[in-house]
Amino acid sequence: MAETTRETVIRCEGVWKIFGDMPRDALDAVLTQRMSKEEIRDRYDCIVGVRDASFSVARGEIFCIMGLSGSGKSTLIRHINRLIEPTAGSILIEGEDVNALSARDLRRLRAEKIGMVFQNMALMPHRTVLENVGFSQEVRGHDLRERNSNALRAIEAVDLKGWENKYPDELSGGMQQRVGLARAIAADPTILLMDEPFSALDPLIRRQLQEKFMTLSAEMKKTTLFITHDLDEAIRIGDRIAIMKDGILVQIGTPEEIVTNPADDYVAEFVAGISKLDLVSAGKIMEPIDAFLQRRGNSDIADWPEAHPGQSLDDLLNLSISTQHPVVVKIDGNPIGIVTKNTLLRGIKGEFSPRTNLPG
Amino acid sequence: MAETEFNLLDPFSSIDLGIADMTDGIKQWAIGNREIIQPVKNVFNSMITGIDTALNAVPPVVMLLILVLVAWQAAGKRTAGVVAISMIALGLLAPNAWGLAMTTLAIVVSSVILCFLIGLPLGILAGKSDRFETAIRPVLDTMQTIPAFVYLVPVVMLIGIGNVSGVIVTIIFSLPPLIRLTSLGIRGVNPSVVEAARAFGANPRQILFKVEMPLATPTILAGVNQTIMLSLSMVVIASMISVKGLGNEVLRAMGRLDAGKAIVGGMGIVILAIVLDRITQGMGQSGRERGHRHWWQGGPVGLVMRIIGKT
Repeated sequence: MAETTRETVIRCEGVWKIFGDMPRDALDAVLTQRMSKEEIRDRYDCIVGVRDASFSVARGEIFCIMGLSGSGKSTLIRHINRLIEPTAGSILIEGEDVNALSARDLRRLRAEKIGMVFQNMALMPHRTVLENVGFSQEVRGHDLRERNSNALRAIEAVDLKGWENKYPDELSGGMQQRVGLARAIAADPTILLMDEPFSALDPLIRRQLQEKFMTLSAEMKKTTLFITHDLDEAIRIGDRIAIMKDGILVQIGTPEEIVTNPADDYVAEFVAGISKLDLVSAGKIMEPIDAFLQRRGNSDIADWPEAHPGQSLDDLLNLSISTQHPVVVKIDGNPIGIVTKNTLLRGIKGEFSPRTNLPG
Repeated sequence: MAETEFNLLDPFSSIDLGIADMTDGIKQWAIGNREIIQPVKNVFNSMITGIDTALNAVPPVVMLLILVLVAWQAAGKRTAGVVAISMIALGLLAPNAWGLAMTTLAIVVSSVILCFLIGLPLGILAGKSDRFETAIRPVLDTMQTIPAFVYLVPVVMLIGIGNVSGVIVTIIFSLPPLIRLTSLGIRGVNPSVVEAARAFGANPRQILFKVEMPLATPTILAGVNQTIMLSLSMVVIASMISVKGLGNEVLRAMGRLDAGKAIVGGMGIVILAIVLDRITQGMGQSGRERGHRHWWQGGPVGLVMRIIGKT
């Protein structure tokens, strides 16, 4: 995988968070006696927020954490900039242990290296858009002209030019969240933490903002941790996805891995309703060329439509509509597999025969 | 100690712990140590007389104009009109009413300034710390409910009669709402905004001054408003320890059963209360609620700015 060769920016190792008055005792009980969440709640009056979370995010990667409300995803993301202290485990940002930082260094890290976007926007109602966006530089003591020019650049990046002197309550919800995004990127941080940024918006605006975010993200190449409860969103945005349930990271993988190979019934249930059109590639569903020729005898494949293994089912669908023939999957002009109409329909339904799992 | 026979059904009448004597001892101690207080007292006394002299030195018409302009700036044209009519009515109550009102205003202003200096930090502390809030709440309850006559005597014993004592008894009564409402305002700040400030690297001081205080301002100003109102309600009691002004008029009228004079003093206090209430309430509303963006874009200052801008 490409990710393993890239430099790791965020690394979480065995992070636990237990809320309550006796978190350490509760943690011991979990580790030694394998107590369940309910037992801990009844015995120690503690709530297990995050259970042994480990993952790493490479530079420039968008890592989505998907889970329903109460699954601990918002708790987990707040460990990255230490808004919440972990009960156990460590968080490293570019090799630096966040939990070992002094209060001063932690504030510098938060202001300069990490930008955060919140579900409820959390804009300061008494400050204009410009003052909101420049906040992280203001607390660092940067001078007014520098922070205003940086803030204006960020405001322009989210298409809010001309609104910089308005107050947040004069803006629509979608615009407010764009201010939130501008505030996060104004200080040009390395890392973006997105805590369900688009969940509170209506579907159309959400879609627009997702696209805006993806264009920006492609330009800026920021390492992003993206929290969402919407698997569609996670799949559209994420390079990799982690599925979280009851504080546990159930599965971590690329969208295609999660959809085609769910780790357990919980993930499978989630994935069931997801459209595979954009996720699954031709390489995943094609029948190898030899097997096809064996079955059907020699066919004249020369004027059949062509695709490469990385193309999505959606592309194959468009190719197939215009012809009666199956689609030939080729690498560098050499045919390696065939996608018939039946294979394609099965792929869209989410059925993949194991024999076709060729390199994709 | 117990002179009466001990009775199980009525044990209290036979037990005397001597609490009244003990507190009387404190009074004796206070009388014995008056010199320590004197320098501090002189500082405050000169501050109060300074404000008093200043307010009385301004010709009434100029003062009226200033108050109307302040009201216009703080609360808009309508309030300015109310203030103008009220203050003219106050002046017409009696030939000496204006001067008495200014003296009362000086006491109230001094009390409110001191209340603000004491109450704001305590209120912020109470807003931040649950323990401090629990500790201070019974103290505030006591300050608000204990009859003024109870602490009038010890304060006079310790400090002597006059303006400083008057201001102190006023503060005891009018400080609690400012502390309570400041605490309430700080606690009422949206926690997610504070979290965002933390996430962007603000330190506790920056969070207080750049986020919590500005957002708590309307509530804090409501506290200031309440403090002013309670200060005004204390002027009659304060006049018992030789504080001059409208309160003294009411007290003297009471002694002579002179209803006419009492009404002049009483109406003066009410009018002053209305004026101060309207002005401070206007300050509690942000300029944006009245249709302009910054405070200096409206009122007389805005007018002047526009005129300067045109030329």
